[in-house]
Amino acid sequence: MHMADALLSPTVGGALWAGTLGAIIYSAKKLKEKMDEKMIPLMGVLGAFIFVGQMINFTIPGTGSSGHIGGGMLLAILLGPYAAFLVVASVLTIQALFFADGGLLALGANIWNLGIYPCFIGYPLIYRALVKKDKSAKRIIIASVLSVVVGLQLGAFSVILETKLSGITELPFNTFLLIMQPIHLAIGLVEGFVTAGIVNYVRNLRPDIIEDLEGVNGLSSGRSLKKLVIVMAILTVITGGAFSWFASTHPDGLEWTIEKIYGKPEIPEKKNPITENLSKFQGKTAVLPDYSFPAKEEAGKQPSWPAVDAGTSFSGLVGGIMVLVLVVIFGLGIKIIRRYKEKT
Amino acid sequence: MTFDTEYFNIGYLDSLSYKDTFVHRIDPRVKLIVTFIFILVVVSFPKYELSSLMPFFVYPVFLLTAGDVPIRAIAKKVLFISPFAIFIGIFNPLLDTKVMVTVLGIPITGGWISFFSIIVKFILTVSTALLLIAVTSFPGICEALERLKLPRIFVIQLLFLYRYLFVLLKETLRMVRARDARSFGKRGKEIKTFIRLISVLLLRTLEKAERIYQAMLSRGFRGEIRVSKRHRLKYHDIIFAIFSISIFFLFRNFDVVDYIGEILNRSFR
Amino acid sequence: MSHHIVELKDVYFHYPDRTEALKGISFKILHGESVGIAGANGAGKTTLLLNLNGHLLPTEGEISIGEVPLCKKTRQEIRKKVGFVFQRTDDQLFMPTVYEDVAFGPVNLGLTEAKVDERVRNALEMVGCLHLSSRPPHRLSEGQKKAVAIATVMAMNPDILVMDEPASNLDPKSRRQLINLLRGFEHTKIIASHDLDLILDVCERCIIIKEGRVVADGYTEEILSNETLLEENNLELPLSRQYLHIKQPF
Repeated sequence: MHMADALLSPTVGGALWAGTLGAIIYSAKKLKEKMDEKMIPLMGVLGAFIFVGQMINFTIPGTGSSGHIGGGMLLAILLGPYAAFLVVASVLTIQALFFADGGLLALGANIWNLGIYPCFIGYPLIYRALVKKDKSAKRIIIASVLSVVVGLQLGAFSVILETKLSGITELPFNTFLLIMQPIHLAIGLVEGFVTAGIVNYVRNLRPDIIEDLEGVNGLSSGRSLKKLVIVMAILTVITGGAFSWFASTHPDGLEWTIEKIYGKPEIPEKKNPITENLSKFQGKTAVLPDYSFPAKEEAGKQPSWPAVDAGTSFSGLVGGIMVLVLVVIFGLGIKIIRRYKEKT
Repeated sequence: MTFDTEYFNIGYLDSLSYKDTFVHRIDPRVKLIVTFIFILVVVSFPKYELSSLMPFFVYPVFLLTAGDVPIRAIAKKVLFISPFAIFIGIFNPLLDTKVMVTVLGIPITGGWISFFSIIVKFILTVSTALLLIAVTSFPGICEALERLKLPRIFVIQLLFLYRYLFVLLKETLRMVRARDARSFGKRGKEIKTFIRLISVLLLRTLEKAERIYQAMLSRGFRGEIRVSKRHRLKYHDIIFAIFSISIFFLFRNFDVVDYIGEILNRSFR
Repeated sequence: MSHHIVELKDVYFHYPDRTEALKGISFKILHGESVGIAGANGAGKTTLLLNLNGHLLPTEGEISIGEVPLCKKTRQEIRKKVGFVFQRTDDQLFMPTVYEDVAFGPVNLGLTEAKVDERVRNALEMVGCLHLSSRPPHRLSEGQKKAVAIATVMAMNPDILVMDEPASNLDPKSRRQLINLLRGFEHTKIIASHDLDLILDVCERCIIIKEGRVVADGYTEEILSNETLLEENNLELPLSRQYLHIKQPF
């Protein structure tokens, strides 16, 4: 599932972009070291393949609804983790630009959610481990399903975390969790089967191609990969740790974390809700825009947000409409100017 | 969206990006950065801000009109993706029921305000992202990314994907049409058929990669591809950048809307 | 003069799965000759062409291009002299714009930016596509793509032009333009095609391949009038020859 800009706060979005860019730079570096030059056209065309493959729908047995593949795991199997990650990133980038799938700020989060887990956790830790000794069709199915499911579960969970940390939507954490995880479990099962089906089919028809690819992607279970896997495992633990953090009803802990991220010089007394400190007035004088903190719905309190009060709200409404009208006039003005220029 | 419509959509936006207007001629780096900042600023608004978001429409409207982009193209896409935003945002009015404001005698809860705030942010960010690609050719964006120091392998990957996307789309369109012609309702769209279809496509793709590699070798390819740098930063690019970003910060930090509203209020009393 | 000779001496080739595609092919092509290669499907035309460019290497026998014997070490050098135009243009045009595609070869030759620009412009001029230089390939018609594909190869100043089914997928007008273009080239040309009328128009010499062997090698005029020979090879008289005897109007 894709994240959207409107649900992200700049901090969370920015943090994930930083992570994703780091991963892209790292993967590019790693790839350059042991890349066969043949990879360049191969990655490009496979990217197009996944892109197109995602556009083809099939019916999910039992439900009657239609679904489509993600493809991260298939790419990892064909290309190795580094190349696959870059390909996933490229597919999502083009989708974000041409389809507005999610948005440009959320792109960082999406590449992370849909790329890191299958390529750097699912594939190396689960798929390869299971397929190492036994490459039978059956084993491939099991390995594929397991790795895809895990990848998707982690991805779905990340979406929930990111939404929660951004605090834009009131969607309760638990509800979101209860919706996302089972759905992605089902999606994962299906995609796992489909991926295995494709791999087995291609292997049967053209075993030379698969072998060829395994040579080309130059993946060796060398020390560097082990290091990466350890780093990824640690990250997963941290993510899990954050989960238990939230599960506890200690909103102070959340505020404290956010404050640290945000970098405010002073930490107010823990008794006061942070929201009261961040008034609109401060927002005006700050050089960098502020953003609001999530409401503490666990405590059942309503946010004491003074931002909108009866008096100013009416002028806000009127002003808002006026501004929209002005913008439309502006737009029409430009159109007229352009048409005039074209005629001369 | 069906395969057909998605196929034509990409092609359409892509063809728009090769027009020649003032906006198209702005350096792609500038457009990329300005758009990104725009999104950041819009998204940085607190939960309950609604009216202050309105002035921001001036940027997408500018891109749309000065860039000669037909509004239908953008509006259709935004509408199509909106259910997702609505689905996520709808919890706000359901859960946040404290009345924040009364307008013309109608009480409005915080939940609804934040809901519409999400919707407006959504419209702003999505339309602007689409407009970015509508007024900037994709190779232009790739050039900008490389100049902004993104790894070359990744940029080349984007360019190759883009190049062969249209080729594969055409091929797959044929296959999908053939499949649809022989499937009636749900039959034929089963997973098994899908796996076969996609596996064949995969094999063809792999063979194509082989041929492209051969073609590259036959023209002396030795592992390095250069991304051509066609754009040079000009004064008007920089002025555009400074101007836009300043306006965004202006709208973010000063309640222009309120101000205008107050003026109107007073002048009508 | 001699550095433009293409010579095949008893060339055999079989694929990894043991299919024999070429079974003892020998011929010699001189500088400036225009040779058409015809034959049934699966006769070995494409395989032969791919051997000329070093994409495939003979399993037996020898190929020399301009007195340089073809082998793994020399094929990069040979590719600078032999320009290969593939059947599917999409395989050949892989850069974001026409200009960059045509520049790809010269850039890889290590030329300076100015020189590259000169080569690109000349090549595009030659095929009449200079005005398309900033277009992306997917916004070209098949005919334009074919012309640009030829330009990508011409920009490397090859001595020999090898083409695999150049006119397939072209509409009649583009096909005619292609034929005129080819007739204007002075390079040595080796063209594999089912389009016998094209071979008739462009090549003065014709070689017919059957089951990996040369079964005819001579003047196009003669070979493509030999109905028995043509039928044996799943070919027909060129269309322009078929109704010669009908002269009366309706």
